[in-house]
Amino acid sequence: MSTSTIVGTVDEEKTPPAADRRRRRRAAHNVEASTHNRGPVWTAAGYVGMVLVLLVVAVPLFWILVTSFKERGDIYVRPAQWWPEPATGQNYSELTTRIPFSDYVRNSVIITAATSLAKIILGVLSAYALSLMRFPGRSIVFIVVIAALMVPNQITVISNYALVAQLGWRNTYQGIIIPLAGVAFGTFLMRNQFLNLPGEIIEAARLDGAGPMKLLWRVVMPMSWPTLVAFALITVVSEWNEYLWPFLMSDDESTATLPVGLTFLQNNDGVTNWGPVMAGTVLAMLPILVLFLFLQRQMIKGLTAGAVKS
Amino acid sequence: MQSSVTESRSATPGSGGPPAQVGPPPRRSSGRAWEWSLAALLLLPNLVLLIVFTYRPLLDNIRLSFTDWNISSPIANPVGLSNYVEWFGRDDTRIIVRNTLVFTIATVGISMAVGLGLALLLDQKLRGRNLVRSAVFAPFVISGAAIGIAFQFVFDPNYGLIRDLLVRVGVGVPDFYQEPGWALFMVTVTYIWKNIGYTFVIYLAALQGRRADLDEAAEIDGASAWTRFRRVLMPQLRPTTFFLSITVLLSSVQVFDIINVMTRGGPQGNATSTLVYQVYQETFVNQRAGYGAMVATVMFVILLAVTVVQVRFMDRGKKA
Repeated sequence: MSTSTIVGTVDEEKTPPAADRRRRRRAAHNVEASTHNRGPVWTAAGYVGMVLVLLVVAVPLFWILVTSFKERGDIYVRPAQWWPEPATGQNYSELTTRIPFSDYVRNSVIITAATSLAKIILGVLSAYALSLMRFPGRSIVFIVVIAALMVPNQITVISNYALVAQLGWRNTYQGIIIPLAGVAFGTFLMRNQFLNLPGEIIEAARLDGAGPMKLLWRVVMPMSWPTLVAFALITVVSEWNEYLWPFLMSDDESTATLPVGLTFLQNNDGVTNWGPVMAGTVLAMLPILVLFLFLQRQMIKGLTAGAVKS
Repeated sequence: MQSSVTESRSATPGSGGPPAQVGPPPRRSSGRAWEWSLAALLLLPNLVLLIVFTYRPLLDNIRLSFTDWNISSPIANPVGLSNYVEWFGRDDTRIIVRNTLVFTIATVGISMAVGLGLALLLDQKLRGRNLVRSAVFAPFVISGAAIGIAFQFVFDPNYGLIRDLLVRVGVGVPDFYQEPGWALFMVTVTYIWKNIGYTFVIYLAALQGRRADLDEAAEIDGASAWTRFRRVLMPQLRPTTFFLSITVLLSSVQVFDIINVMTRGGPQGNATSTLVYQVYQETFVNQRAGYGAMVATVMFVILLAVTVVQVRFMDRGKKA
């Protein structure tokens, strides 16, 4: 991966997709080439495909949403009702009164914010040192950071659990946050960004006497916001959705995050009471889907930037 | 892998330049020790966290795998290889390894094939494709635990969505909760539904970055659509395909949330247990942390071996 070119972002407004270019060029070609053009049958098949895909994604989500507004008795009928009749907010009110749902939300917000902030700061500082500063052993340090990507979180939990329990940090915020704060992927992402900055500008700032930290804040960061936003977004999403570690660290609502709280809710009584559970999943999905709706382009950029072509 | 990048960058301004510039300004050479210690300061917190919470447990797993530790007691007695011997001899090992293989191969294979198919479809100039692109990607950002719980009800054999649809078309309804094969099918489908957006966006980005002229030239030469796909498109997508095969495999193998909320590894004890789930189950439910650490160690060694083979394969593909 010597000259790390980043795979193009999904940004069709600026760069017309290859299909468009191809078609345009082909149109300018001649009659013979246009016979290869997709006929109406193909176009129709394309639309049928799109509708199918949309249904596969949307129908389960619609089902969940509808169920969350049904009265208890209406959930357990056959054939199923595809519309809540009558619609009720009962499941949602039950969720907020009977279960410490607001505690789960608070914990999720605190833990996501703190972990993301730590990761973003540590990621930027590490990436900066590993890209634009010179010191002996830099490549070795870089490999140590990057190789951590190969170690699944799921197999480090045993020893980490013992360590955190020993410190008396179970059911505490720091017990959840600190072990998750090390950052490998973000360091990689930001380092790539920093290495792709125009060297002349950085050199000019250095010659003007900017020290390393001034260079970072005044020159490097202002040119790197889009990548930082992408990094921040995927970090926030993955911390919000983090499951195993908070699940192991939390016994109750004092630190349980939303996904963990949903699990408690599900197990509350042997038979799952689907109404409030569905309401809970809807509320857990909603904030991240809204975030996604507004910022999907930046989120996708963060993900695709990780896919480095060689 | 980074040496060439850093060298080419650090070489341009100073050392390699013409003598007029004579290396870095004196201020910096006198401050070299200072720059080193600043770099150390910037890196240290992250390095310490990664070493303490990622690398240390990895090694500690190996040590623990030779003990009978129970996660809560301060004492862990050495038991030699007995955890390993037990694992290789136990009946459930066979089932769990098979589940892991089935789940991983199905999720990796289907996510990549369908992800590429969707990318090809939504790369076409079709009205409304942006909406469908967003829809395909959206489940990827939702919590796996929330999706798992929701899909447990979607698959509910008595009142679920799937049951309702199957009955409407007049097909028998399998018991997704109780039949081992269908339970594994249920978690596999749920996982793919949630994660297909990832392979999709990566392939779509790669398609948008490909060279259209090659495809066009092949078309003018009279190559069929299938030939163009195999001979022109797939070779261009090869780096993306290898990248995905590694990242998707790593995340598939690690699945925990969906299995934990949907089946708890059951029915029948371990019908949907994978190696990662076994690590959790043995360590935290059965209180056999030594045994769990052994499974974790075995798993890591297998993952490492698979990744090394994949990287080798990728290097060979590059030369070919």
